[in-house]
Amino acid sequence: MIEQFRQQILSAASAGGKLRIRGGGTKDWYGQELGGDILDTRGYSGIVDYEPSELVITARCGTPLAEIEAALAERNQMLAFEPPHFGEGATFGGVIASGLSGPRRAMSGAVRDFVLGTQLMDGKGEVLTFGGQVMKNVAGYDVSRLLAGSMGTLGLMLQHSVKVLPRTVRETTIRFEMDEITAIRSMNEWGGQPLPISASCWHGGVLTLRLSGAQAAVDAAERGMGGEIVDDGAQFWTSLREQRHGFFNGSIWRLSVPSSASAIVLRGEQLIEWGGAQRWLRADASMAQNIRRAVTAAGGHATLFRGGDKSVGVFQPLAPAVARIHERLKASFDPSQVFNPGRMY
Amino acid sequence: MTIDNERKLKVAAALRALLPAGCVLSEAEDTRPYECDGLAAYRQLPMIVTLPEDEAQVLAILNTCREMNVPIVPRGAGTGLSGGAMPIADGVVVSTARLNRIVRMEPFARLAVVQPGVRNLAISDAAAPHGLYYAPDPSSQIACTIGGNVAENSGGVHCLKYGLTIHNVMRVRVATIEGDIIELGGESLDAPGLDLLAVFIGSEGMLGIVTEVTVKLIPKPETARVIMASFDDVVTGGNAVASVIAAGIIPAGLEMMDRTSSRMVEPFVKAGYDTDAAAILLCEADGTRLEVDEEIARMSAVLAGAGASAITISHSEAERLRFWSGRKNAFPAAGRISPDYYCMDGTIPRKHLARVLLGIARMEETHGLRCANVFHAGDGNLHPLILFDANQPGEFERAEAFGADILALCVEVGGTITGEHGVGIEKINSMCLQFSRAELDMFFAVKRAFDAPFLLNPDKAIPTLNRCAEFGKMRVSGGVLPFAGLPRF
Repeated sequence: MIEQFRQQILSAASAGGKLRIRGGGTKDWYGQELGGDILDTRGYSGIVDYEPSELVITARCGTPLAEIEAALAERNQMLAFEPPHFGEGATFGGVIASGLSGPRRAMSGAVRDFVLGTQLMDGKGEVLTFGGQVMKNVAGYDVSRLLAGSMGTLGLMLQHSVKVLPRTVRETTIRFEMDEITAIRSMNEWGGQPLPISASCWHGGVLTLRLSGAQAAVDAAERGMGGEIVDDGAQFWTSLREQRHGFFNGSIWRLSVPSSASAIVLRGEQLIEWGGAQRWLRADASMAQNIRRAVTAAGGHATLFRGGDKSVGVFQPLAPAVARIHERLKASFDPSQVFNPGRMY
Repeated sequence: MTIDNERKLKVAAALRALLPAGCVLSEAEDTRPYECDGLAAYRQLPMIVTLPEDEAQVLAILNTCREMNVPIVPRGAGTGLSGGAMPIADGVVVSTARLNRIVRMEPFARLAVVQPGVRNLAISDAAAPHGLYYAPDPSSQIACTIGGNVAENSGGVHCLKYGLTIHNVMRVRVATIEGDIIELGGESLDAPGLDLLAVFIGSEGMLGIVTEVTVKLIPKPETARVIMASFDDVVTGGNAVASVIAAGIIPAGLEMMDRTSSRMVEPFVKAGYDTDAAAILLCEADGTRLEVDEEIARMSAVLAGAGASAITISHSEAERLRFWSGRKNAFPAAGRISPDYYCMDGTIPRKHLARVLLGIARMEETHGLRCANVFHAGDGNLHPLILFDANQPGEFERAEAFGADILALCVEVGGTITGEHGVGIEKINSMCLQFSRAELDMFFAVKRAFDAPFLLNPDKAIPTLNRCAEFGKMRVSGGVLPFAGLPRF
């Protein structure tokens, strides 16, 4: 399989061709344009190593995310960044390449925080290993974390090792009637206290929180914070993570801002997650300039996440000096510009 | 190496024209304190030392050095243990010591914006009135600076639960060799484009000079308690660590010391350690009072089931700190019983602990030196302390060879040569064991993407082909990479 990948990459490189690295295709809609012949990763599948007591799982890029989650659940562990699937057949490689994290992100960290090592095939067909299977590793630059979220633009990521965590002992969901300003203030105030808040969602005048942790911690927080207990909490968070929640239709912007940023006044409905740090906005792509101006002023950046006319630029433009570094990195990892052309910038 | 005096005068004059009086040192008596960092065995007097007072001055130094083709070595507090801040004979040291202001403290947003020369502990001290702190706590936290922590991706005894520098720094502002100011990361939870912040943290001062850092602050746990468990042999202790993790517990701290270490520190700090035990384990829980009681009970049961011969639980904050004081003072204690010591920093998959400890015990015999082992057991990061006397001819060389053998063993079992101290100059040869030529070339490419003229801390961390070839000759016959067939993933 590795040899097949190499042949496909080398022949594309020598013929001036382009490749579109693709797993389950569940996130085809994400990012800038798609281009090139498909390089299907699904044939390179399987969990290579999983030692629950080491808190590490290593799997090939084409491994279905569902298979990994099932293996972890069997040992009462989880991917703490709670990645969205966005459809049947999502792969492990796609999770790392897209760098998207779910509701638990504000508490536990993002995909890149859990990546420990990556095996990459670069544009010359060379297999390179960065990082490893251990928690602490500062030998060489941390290229494996650089690759997380790189949208396959730097190479074909063959295999990843990620840190896993035990599932929490108890989990419960509570809700409060609250306006936007109060919700943002409350989430930030609670964030400064040792409370086991593992997810948050404000939408339509209701703030929903998930509490996860030790029995005693969750019990105490539930009593102390008040709020109304939600019965089907698990289902609520899954539908939010997968964006099956009713809010997510039409053209959706993702506003990544400091959690403490006050309400961002823009035309269009908003849904707030991550303690205030991730705000979704339903608004037309033509609003790009206004949206980016407001979000930049708040200290963040805006992505045209779903739908809409991508010609406005899916991702926020980079500062020129930072863009130069991007170009040089791309030229080193992928000298013939084979991989996922234009998917990111 | 002798420095061309004419060049030195020329560079010093150019820098003096840009910086305030007293910010450029060029006399040997003034630059002597900068000749080494925490790895004192490696020394080099720099040509010039600069002490910029603001970002504009950092940029001015970078521009001048680029125009005059002078290599630069950035330096924080100089507490690093791998020679990462060791100067270059014809180079300029850029010390961040005077960039020591806390710019903003934002308790509501739970972040602090600080200059690179602010000490690690000073951040937590400033955050304390708000019930917040900065989590990574390297043992040198009283002295080490946040800029140095960013350069090394420093850890500490609580990083299993709270993460390393990379998990706790949100944004850095960087002066580049090209004279630009760039911002990586942000005060939001992510930034557009490639995650350059991730590759910058731990880059050992080779990609740019940090002028400002935004760190994440987290709520201080209400309380913490620690268990001290004794084991009759280190393997049982190692297995007990695996049992705690397998039981679904992530302790706030999980440290192991062997008997050599506990006997080394006990007379010095009187921590109350069981010096008869082959190994002792410190296992901490933090959180609310109820949460901690619940976790301490679960951990005690697991440790007892895993064969602990004795279990003591701290009943007061003073007792907890006393239990930790021994571990935190392991390095100074080594200095007390031995004229010199050499601290290693390999990380291994924990399941290979027994094999590695037995290997180290055998090496003590072959190299004729003693070794005390302290171990961040939760995350597999070993700190063997090789005890030696540099005044005895040949002992330093033996200590170095002993250290290189330990690192080779760490790589062999699927680990890494450095968990948190960095490669610097010290472990640069061992990098040839861990990475292939193509991988090392890619590291150089990353460096060039940030530092095209190759002036920032050159000759550190990433070995050249020549260096590896020479090292190969020294260590193996036939120029074959050791463990060439070993999957290193």
